[in-house]
Amino acid sequence: MAELTGARILIESLKQEGVEYVFGLPGGAILPTFDALYDSGLKLILVRHEQGASHMADGFGRATGRPGVCIVTSGPAATNTVTGLATAYMDSAPLVCVTGQVATHAIGSDAFQEADVIGITRPVTKHNYLVKDVRQLAQTVKEAFYIASTGRPGPVLIDFPVDVSRAKYEFNYPKEVNIRGYQPRKMAEPQAEQIENAAKAIRASKRPCLYVGGGAIASGAYQEIFEFVEKTGIPITTTILGLGVFPETHPLSLRMLGMHGTVYANYAVQGSDLLISVGARFDDRVTGKIDMFAPHAKIIHIDIDPSSISKTVKVHYPIVGDVKPAIRALSKLVKDKRKQIKDWTAQIEEWKKKHPLKYKNADGQLRQEFIIQKIGELTNHNAVVTTGVGQHQMWTAQWYGFTKPRSMITSGGLGTMGYGFPAAIGAQIGRPGETVICIDGDGSFQMTMCELATAAYHKIPVKVFIMDNAHHGMVRQWQELFYNRRFSGSQLGPSNPDFAKIGEANGVMSLKISKPEETESVIEEALSHSGPVLIHCQVAKEDNVYPMVPAGHALDQVMDMA
Amino acid sequence: MKHIISVLVENHFGVLAHVSGLFSARGFNIDSLAVGETEDPTISRMTIVAHGDDRVIEQIMKQLDKLIDVIKVQDLTSEDEEMIERELVLVKVNATTSSRSDLMQIVNTFRAKIVDVNPQSVTVEVTGNQSKIDAMLELLRPFGLKEVVRTGTIAISRKSELARQSQSVKQEKPVVAIKKSKSKVKAKK
Repeated sequence: MAELTGARILIESLKQEGVEYVFGLPGGAILPTFDALYDSGLKLILVRHEQGASHMADGFGRATGRPGVCIVTSGPAATNTVTGLATAYMDSAPLVCVTGQVATHAIGSDAFQEADVIGITRPVTKHNYLVKDVRQLAQTVKEAFYIASTGRPGPVLIDFPVDVSRAKYEFNYPKEVNIRGYQPRKMAEPQAEQIENAAKAIRASKRPCLYVGGGAIASGAYQEIFEFVEKTGIPITTTILGLGVFPETHPLSLRMLGMHGTVYANYAVQGSDLLISVGARFDDRVTGKIDMFAPHAKIIHIDIDPSSISKTVKVHYPIVGDVKPAIRALSKLVKDKRKQIKDWTAQIEEWKKKHPLKYKNADGQLRQEFIIQKIGELTNHNAVVTTGVGQHQMWTAQWYGFTKPRSMITSGGLGTMGYGFPAAIGAQIGRPGETVICIDGDGSFQMTMCELATAAYHKIPVKVFIMDNAHHGMVRQWQELFYNRRFSGSQLGPSNPDFAKIGEANGVMSLKISKPEETESVIEEALSHSGPVLIHCQVAKEDNVYPMVPAGHALDQVMDMA
Repeated sequence: MKHIISVLVENHFGVLAHVSGLFSARGFNIDSLAVGETEDPTISRMTIVAHGDDRVIEQIMKQLDKLIDVIKVQDLTSEDEEMIERELVLVKVNATTSSRSDLMQIVNTFRAKIVDVNPQSVTVEVTGNQSKIDAMLELLRPFGLKEVVRTGTIAISRKSELARQSQSVKQEKPVVAIKKSKSKVKAKK
């Protein structure tokens, strides 16, 4: 068999994994790899900043369930991906990142563009590898994809020294992976005893509530969860990462819970006697004050990661395993509970009527909630939506109306501003032909807006709505509510740059919305364009997101709009 | 409470950094850490002494188990374990001709050894469990401790099962089954 260079082995291995697109930017230590990429048939999405490459790979991964791939050079390029890796790690998104590295003999000598990437990325990756020997390369790539996409998914980094990429070896892509310290398949099947105990608790409960997170999406358990809810009549709330796992239009949906969740979802959790947590991890933005969280509830927790169970909240009925088989098994052991819990569901209905989501619209100002609601309607709640982080993110979670899994792509755990726009580009590559929308803040967008050039160059038809309120809105909100209106650093100047001009300068069609009455027609115009579109939305400057559970308060101590 | 956690890991570079990084990132306290190759040269054993309440120890075990390079985690301090615990300590103690015989008595009582003698000091080697080491150091302190060097605790389970397990580490199933049931039992508590 002919020998290939390490660079070719990497590219051929990616092909074996079914990779079609890579997100990246070349540089010294990765040049042999980019040379091998040149006529390989793999398509390169050339980014303008490596952080963008990592977010694009993450967005691709979340939109498809398959690891996105980014390839960058050593040193500063590798460190630029760290935010993207940490974002993916916190939200369990599958991603494989290849970084160039200086030659093996130069490692540790403070060589040009050298960084200890393995050391730097250790706490923000599920696993990482330094390939010191070309003979281990194919095996390493195989393992990286396996680790990234199985169990609780996450980012895996391969540090690839330039001499290894030039060294030659036979290419033999391994068929199987055998890592003795990592056996996710054996963890996937839940134990019958745990299922039976949980089922018993569900049968006995009078005020049950499902609390579903991103793990249910990673597991692909939408159908199972839908059937479970339909069969039992148990109401369901989701985390921000769980949005879309269950249609929010369904009468049993309580929508999102937590700090900016619906009042009725939070009341339901606090009032429940049994909380069924499915692939969620009791984040502090979800639980509020932890020792006052769901005070009357016994807790069932289904999670494939045993370390998530009883990490912050004591769990009474743990189920270690994949959500899909676990819910399927539970479904078999429970019956329709509608009669048994009718007082409970009636109470929830009352809360829903009393505390609906609402926003001010009498004063004629252009509001983010209104625009997002219209985007939802005009895309039939069917688009893939990404966001930055802040007020616009919370309003998107509240007002878009998610009906499909893998349609909300947002940085929930790390809260990475600047995530939305590159993630949208990645998601669009993964889901060509679908409408991909980024709802971004003015602060968030400016962190990664250099990728406008990427979208224009590769003609990636994402639609990015920039909610320009000339503030870091969520920071402003906290300063108004908790810092005596001392607006330190939250005003983005008298006004923002003219985003439409920035879009046009990059060759991206750019539109503006400044009045409620033009909203619908501009959204329609944007959606009908076949290329990327930037929509500059000049929205009300001093709105707050409600409902809000202030940090450190119990979920039912909620501030709502008057 | 103090726990002795025995961890089988891949004998790669970087594994120690993964493990110690985990402890610092999550704010767990390591009292001591000893690492060495096992009977299988591809596997190392780390013996970690850590303290914390049950919840912290449970998290330490689970988080260690989650690392890809960690093959097996075992709490040797748990109720159903019996183990033998040892630490080796080298102590350089002030010793003049007049105090040397008193020192010798203590050394003999503890079945320690004098391994080096200088005009002003002797070096004592002592092996034992934590309480023996502590007692010995307390008695030597009045002579004047010049230098104390400790290996950190290592421990071995008295069950013959453990030996079988570590030998069979290459045959996936038994190890994973044990590893799995371990974490599930833990999760139940």
